[in-house]
Amino acid sequence: MTSRLNIRNCVIVVLLLALALVPVYAALSGNTFPMSFSAGVIIQAMAAVSLNLIMGFGGMVSFGHAAYLGIGGYVVGILAKEGVGSGLVQWPLALVLSGLFALSVGALSLRTRGIYFIMITLAFTQMLYYVANALDRYGGDDGLTIQRRSEFGLVDLSSRTIFYYLCLALLLVTVYVVWRLVNSRFGLVIQGARSNDRRMNAIGFPTFHYKLVCFVIAGVICGLSGVLLANHTSFISPALMHWTRSGDLIVMTVLGGMGSVFGPVFGAVAFLMLEQILPPLIRPMASLFTIATGIDVSRAPEYWQILLGPLFLLVVLFARGGIDGVLAGMRRG
Amino acid sequence: MADALLRIEALSKRFGGVVASDEITLAVPKGELHAIIGPNGAGKTTLIGQLAGELRPDSGHIYFANLDITALPAWRRSQLGLARSFQITSLFQDFSVADNVALAVQAHAGHSFHFWRDARSEPSLRDPARAVLARLSLADRADVLVSRLSHGEHRQLELAVALAPRPRLLLLDEPMAGIGPEESARMVETLRELKGELTILLIEHDMEAVFALADRITVLVYGRIIASGTPAAIRADEKVREAYLGEQERQHG
Repeated sequence: MTSRLNIRNCVIVVLLLALALVPVYAALSGNTFPMSFSAGVIIQAMAAVSLNLIMGFGGMVSFGHAAYLGIGGYVVGILAKEGVGSGLVQWPLALVLSGLFALSVGALSLRTRGIYFIMITLAFTQMLYYVANALDRYGGDDGLTIQRRSEFGLVDLSSRTIFYYLCLALLLVTVYVVWRLVNSRFGLVIQGARSNDRRMNAIGFPTFHYKLVCFVIAGVICGLSGVLLANHTSFISPALMHWTRSGDLIVMTVLGGMGSVFGPVFGAVAFLMLEQILPPLIRPMASLFTIATGIDVSRAPEYWQILLGPLFLLVVLFARGGIDGVLAGMRRG
Repeated sequence: MADALLRIEALSKRFGGVVASDEITLAVPKGELHAIIGPNGAGKTTLIGQLAGELRPDSGHIYFANLDITALPAWRRSQLGLARSFQITSLFQDFSVADNVALAVQAHAGHSFHFWRDARSEPSLRDPARAVLARLSLADRADVLVSRLSHGEHRQLELAVALAPRPRLLLLDEPMAGIGPEESARMVETLRELKGELTILLIEHDMEAVFALADRITVLVYGRIIASGTPAAIRADEKVREAYLGEQERQHG
C-alpha cells in the first residue's frame, strides 16, 4: 500500500480548499472575477471527469463530448425562454435527453473502433451544432441570453455564492461516484475492454453492453455540467457544441492525466488558468517581434494556444500520466 | 457419438482461394485430451478461432454438449463452459496478475452491472483467483503487473485466465510456444493434472508433449483431416509420416 499522505493527495486537498475559499475571498475583496472564473473551472472539470470515464478508463476516445454541454445548456435555455423556470423540470429533462443522445451515439459508434469511433462521435455532435444554429427562435448562431437561473424553491441559485458551492459539491460527488464506479465490477469490465477487448469476449463478457452503459453515464454527467454552465454564464449558443470545445475537453483530460479519476480536475484548472495567463505573456513577446522584424503580430495573444500546443506535446511525450502522474511520481522531502 | 462434449460436423472455411478448413468432422468425448497436429499453415488456429467464436465458418456445424453453437458469439460460448488460451499471449497487460484471473472469475459470476462495491476486495472473486494462481505456481506473483512477467510466466497466466472460470472444455492453442525445456516440462505436468478434470483440445508443435499427453490425435494438412486415432496408430500411419513428418524432416534438413 502506498502512503495516503503523498504529494498528490496534499495538492488535491490544497486545491479543493482553495476552491472552497474563493467565495470568501470574493466577499472580502469585492472582486467577483475569481469566483466567476473558478465556477467555470469547476463546471468544466466535471465535464472532463466524465470524458475521462469513457476515454481514460474505457479507451473510448469521444471527439464529440461537447454535445452534452450543449444539450444540458439548451434544455435550460429553451425551457427558461418558454416560461418553464423550474429546475425540477429543467434538470431531469436535460439529464434524460443527454442519456438518450449518448445511447443513440454509443449504439452506433461502439460498433466501430479507432478513427471511425472518433469520427462518428464528432459527426453526431456536428449535427447538433448545426441544429442549434438553425434554431432562430432561440437565437440561432447568436445564441440566447437566459434571464433567470433555474428555480428550486427554497434554494436560491440566483445567489452567486450558493450556486458556486452547489457546483463544487456536485463536482466532488461526481469525482467520488466515478471513483467508486471505476473500481467496481462494472469499472473493471470497462478497463478490461480498454486493455484487451478480444480477451474480454473470450472470457465471457459481452463488452458492448458495458461500454454502452458507460458511455451513457458519461453523457449524463456531462449533461449536468452543461446545465450548470448555462446557469453560470446565463447564456447559450451553438459554440457550446463546437468541435473545438470537444477538443478542449480532450486536452484538459490528457493534460491532467487519464490514469486517475481526479486527473481531469487538475487538467481543467491548468487549461483554464493557462487561457488567462498565456495571452498577457505573449503580448510583450509579440511587441519585441514587431520591433525586430516590422511584421505586425499584435493579434498573437488571441492565439494563446501557440504556447499550449508545445506544452501539450511535452506532456504527451514525456509525462503520459499528465499532471496527476507527475505529482504521483514525486517523493516527499 | 451423441454423447461427445464437442462435435464438429463438416466445418469449412476458406480465405479467398485458400481452404483453411475443409469439411472437418470430429468428435471429442467428455474427459478426453485430444491433440490436433499438423504442419504450419494446416489451419489449426483457424479451427480454434471457429470453435471459440471469433471466426464464422462458411458451412458446417459445431455442437457443444449437443447444443448448436455455430452462430453464438465468443462470450456466449465462454458462458456455456468453453474456454480458450491464445497462441500469442493475450492478457490485460496493465492489470496485476491477480486482477487478470479475478476478471475471468467475475465473467462467470453473474452480470457485472455492479457499480459501487470495490471489486478488488470481493472474496468471492479473489479467493478462486488465488487458488488458480497457486495451482500454476504464480501465487507469489499475484500483485505484479502483467507487463513485468517473464515469457514463461505469461504462458502460465494465459492458462490460468482460461482455467479460472472452471470451463468444461479447454481449447489450448500452443501453450508451449516459445518457452524453454524446463518450463515446457512443468506445463506438461500441469496439463497431465488437468487431464482428468476437464476435456481438452490441444494444438501443439511439441511432438514429445503431444504424444505423452494425448488420448487421441488428429492430423490436419491443408485444412483436411488425414488421420485420427490413438498416438500409437498415428505414429504408425503412412500418410502422416509422409505429409507431416516428411515436412519436419525437410524443415530440419
